[in-house]
Amino acid sequence: MKTDTIAAIATAMTNSGIGIVRISGEEAFSVIDKIYRSKNGKKKLSQEESHTVHYGYICDGEKIIDEVMVVIMRAPRSYTTEDTIEIDCHGGTLVMKRILETVIKYGARPAEPGEFTKRAFLNGRIDLSQAESVIDVINAKNDFALESSISQLQGKVKEKIKEIRGKVIHEIAFIESALDDPEHFSIDGYGEKLSKIIEGISKEIEILLASSENGELLKEGINTVIIGKPNAGKSSLMNVLLGRERAIVTDIAGTTRDALEEQINLNGITLNIVDTAGIRDTEDIVEKIGVDKAKEYLKSANLIIYVVDSSTELDQNDEEIISMLSDKKAIILLNKSDLSQVTSQEVVEKVLEENNMEKPVILISAKEQTGIDKLENTIKEMFFQGELSFNDEIYITNVRQKAALQSAMKSFQLVQQSIENEMPEDFYSIDLMSAYEELGSIIGEAVGEDLVNEIFSKFCMGK
Amino acid sequence: MPCIEENYDVVVVGAGHAGCEAALACARLGLETIVFTVSVESIALMPCNPNIGGSSKGHLVREIDALGGEMGKNIDKTFIQSKMLNVSKGPAVHSLRAQADKAEYSRAMRMTMENTEHLTIRQAEVCKLIVEDGVIKGVKTFSGATYYSKAVVLCTGTYLKARCLYGEVINYTGPNGLQPANHLTDSLKENGVEMFRFKTGTPARIDKRSIDFSKMQEQKGDERVVPFSFTTNPEDVQIEQESCWLTYTNLKTHEIIKNNLDRSPIYAGIIEGTGPRYCPSIEDKVVKFADKERHQVFIEPEGKYTNEMYIGGMSSSLPEDVQYEMYRTVPGLEHAKIVKNAYAIEYDCINPRQLNPTLEFKKIKGLFSGGQFNGSSGYEEAASQGLVAGINAAMSVLGKEPLVLDRSESYIGVLIDDLVTKENKEPYRMMTSRAEYRLLLRQDNADLRLSKKGYAIGLISQERYDWVVEKERLIQEEVERVEHVNIGANAKTQKVLEEHGSTPLKNGTTLAELIRRPELNYEDLAEIDPQRPQLAYDVVEQVNIHIKYDGYIKRQMKQVKEFKKLENKKLPEHFDYEQVKSLRIEAKQKLNLYQPVSVGQASRISGVSPADISVLLVYLEQMHHQKKDK
Repeated sequence: MKTDTIAAIATAMTNSGIGIVRISGEEAFSVIDKIYRSKNGKKKLSQEESHTVHYGYICDGEKIIDEVMVVIMRAPRSYTTEDTIEIDCHGGTLVMKRILETVIKYGARPAEPGEFTKRAFLNGRIDLSQAESVIDVINAKNDFALESSISQLQGKVKEKIKEIRGKVIHEIAFIESALDDPEHFSIDGYGEKLSKIIEGISKEIEILLASSENGELLKEGINTVIIGKPNAGKSSLMNVLLGRERAIVTDIAGTTRDALEEQINLNGITLNIVDTAGIRDTEDIVEKIGVDKAKEYLKSANLIIYVVDSSTELDQNDEEIISMLSDKKAIILLNKSDLSQVTSQEVVEKVLEENNMEKPVILISAKEQTGIDKLENTIKEMFFQGELSFNDEIYITNVRQKAALQSAMKSFQLVQQSIENEMPEDFYSIDLMSAYEELGSIIGEAVGEDLVNEIFSKFCMGK
Repeated sequence: MPCIEENYDVVVVGAGHAGCEAALACARLGLETIVFTVSVESIALMPCNPNIGGSSKGHLVREIDALGGEMGKNIDKTFIQSKMLNVSKGPAVHSLRAQADKAEYSRAMRMTMENTEHLTIRQAEVCKLIVEDGVIKGVKTFSGATYYSKAVVLCTGTYLKARCLYGEVINYTGPNGLQPANHLTDSLKENGVEMFRFKTGTPARIDKRSIDFSKMQEQKGDERVVPFSFTTNPEDVQIEQESCWLTYTNLKTHEIIKNNLDRSPIYAGIIEGTGPRYCPSIEDKVVKFADKERHQVFIEPEGKYTNEMYIGGMSSSLPEDVQYEMYRTVPGLEHAKIVKNAYAIEYDCINPRQLNPTLEFKKIKGLFSGGQFNGSSGYEEAASQGLVAGINAAMSVLGKEPLVLDRSESYIGVLIDDLVTKENKEPYRMMTSRAEYRLLLRQDNADLRLSKKGYAIGLISQERYDWVVEKERLIQEEVERVEHVNIGANAKTQKVLEEHGSTPLKNGTTLAELIRRPELNYEDLAEIDPQRPQLAYDVVEQVNIHIKYDGYIKRQMKQVKEFKKLENKKLPEHFDYEQVKSLRIEAKQKLNLYQPVSVGQASRISGVSPADISVLLVYLEQMHHQKKDK
């Protein structure tokens, strides 16, 4: 529906190869003209022929971000049928992310999941038989994005945003109460007070923005879940991994560390071990919280490490969980290789075969610390062969959240401007509401009846 | 037993603020219309507060007027005090509020009704709807008479199975002791209509002679009164006004209330209905805002020829003896004599989700409804819906396009969209904060926004229409001119600026730029604008607003453009959303329940996510292709 200009990283976020950032929409050329610089500095891509490739640099002002090839496609001869620009950059998640951020800074907005495809369809580019699958893509991606954007947010960040939103809605409610019931509430001279409050809020948002620069708003890394029956040795494995590798303690500026995760760095690959009381502290996740809960963990994971106690027999629970791993990236560990083996590699592989699966099975002993190297190498291989990637959407999510923070910031500046220009108080709430909405989009909360509820619960109205 | 049978084009049930507008609209459009009321004396009755208008409600009255309704004209004839609220704020929140002489208001409306051609007034209780195959055919009254019609508009207000309560006393009556309507609810339920039970309340009326006004602050009306109706000559409303009075509750009042809470039917659990949060009883205020040491109390006259004074801010359902004790703690009310007790009233209304934005029942063709029956509250909200329901009943009889106002063009649109789209759990009141484009929906431009529609419907005269068209032209030309008038930094300019406390110019600028300065306006600068044409006051007002708030107005207009795109994507009627496989389950259920008319409306239903909206858009496009292929 919207004809504004969107941008996204069009390639998988692995740490190798070449990455593409794609821009589509009416403003695509005006955005690229602002950030593209040719070798001699004179070329303007908006003046160039459609379907041509250009070598040059992406710059943010004076700062060069990357050396790139840019493909330009004019409407309607593109996938979306809109003006489209593709920036081919050196792979590497960081560079792609920075290019996307620059594109957004200069006028595009982060694309919704599946939005390029949606536009292609709505513009008649895709044929009818594909429509259903388009819907599915939009749906699946949205579900995932929603899940990831909220679940990946650091708990403390979420709290902070909630707190700021609380302050904002309270101020709006106050203004609105006074407008609605001017004989009960007076807001004369309120601008000055509001200006101070906004100053405080702006500082808090600046801190959040600074953290987003470092990717610290989100739990980046490969979401890894260690799962297994009681006494299979999950804790010992965790300890071994933590002990051998440098455990990263993430500290977001201004917030404290989120207690629910451990990050482990395997030669540059960050594993974000989604650690729950169920997994690490108590040994009997499957029995205590049941297979359903296990399923939930599996759903949000990029990598599953399933620990089997090789000194006991596989039971129904094991088989059920193994059967759930079919479309997952998973590694099966046969722990306790130091004890006499009851469940052998062959037995597990047979179960896998019955389920039409192929997963690496590794023999380890967490106690003796044997087989751990093999586990690490397997994970590394999976990553570098592109089998495992970072949570695909996560960088995009981060960019989107950053963009939302920035527009909230802009709205606050507009309020300050209105105060400075001595606009009447009712004008303040227009931009305050936009800021409230933007902040809400980060934590997945819509506005709904918030304002009316706040007015009635905090301010005594009525006849 | 032989019974009366008559035929009409439209039957209107109820002659409150909604019913009057509905009946007048239909009759004025030439349709034979009959309006039923349980008592002719209660036509356009104001059973609660004695005012019309107020924040956002004043907007509604202006819009009613711009569409050809009666409320604005009627209050202009019968007000006894008037104020423009929020004048120190932006133009979007200026709002007119007038104190009415209640008896006069009622009488004036009755006279208008009685003298309207094609309109029949009938005192009777309607107790049954005649519905055949999902189409309304008429109504039956308690006496057994049958009135066949092509459309029916239900505006039963608070009368359905009404009961009034204070303390242990329960009166099975409508407001003010009037006869309730006890049968229609069952007929509605038989026809599959889902009912709610709401409650509201009103404060006591106290004899003026028992009040010591010297202990209160006097609240006077505006020196220069602005009329509600665009057709009222402003000179006609410069009358001698009555005063209102302000006093406060105190800790003693609150203590009495707290000590007697167990005797309130609400706290004792006798009342089942849901009350409005914005209009809390004094009990609620004391409980919910326990830290407040006092609450405002407004003493307002009920009319010119009565001693009854309305005790605004202290509605209650406490027992009679507690009411006496409590009111008498308030400064000035020490010797108060109560004429009428405060009470709470409970009544049946519908879940308005069952209505289309035309206010026609989705499942019963030809049946429309408006007012408190739809779960709203307030005279102005009622009149707005009554007018729209009446107009659309008429349009359906005449086979014309219905009137649907959207959120970007009117408060009435916001009101109706909220009612039919959102989950409504309490009596709904209008507020300016509910209108997301309120900068565009001002009370001062209601005529510019809506009179053309009123004209197309047939309720606005040619003369009024011509003036609106002319006014538009004048505004546009003058805005254009002012943007291009250059002002030099000469001595004369500096003098005028200085006189208005504005900083002197360093360089030349345009007149518009000067008007944008907070301390200046269009009129202040007449002296340095020799080419200025003679313009009517209301044109000048528009020019000033357009120039001063240009940036904000343009921003909202841009938002409206986006909003319209989704509003204009229509969804099919009676559509089974189960067919759209990729919608989430909750979205399917909600969409099936609400049957929204557009993707825009769908997007405002709680439980329908942006992803669902994308899915709908793709699906619509797909259906569109399929149609084309065939």
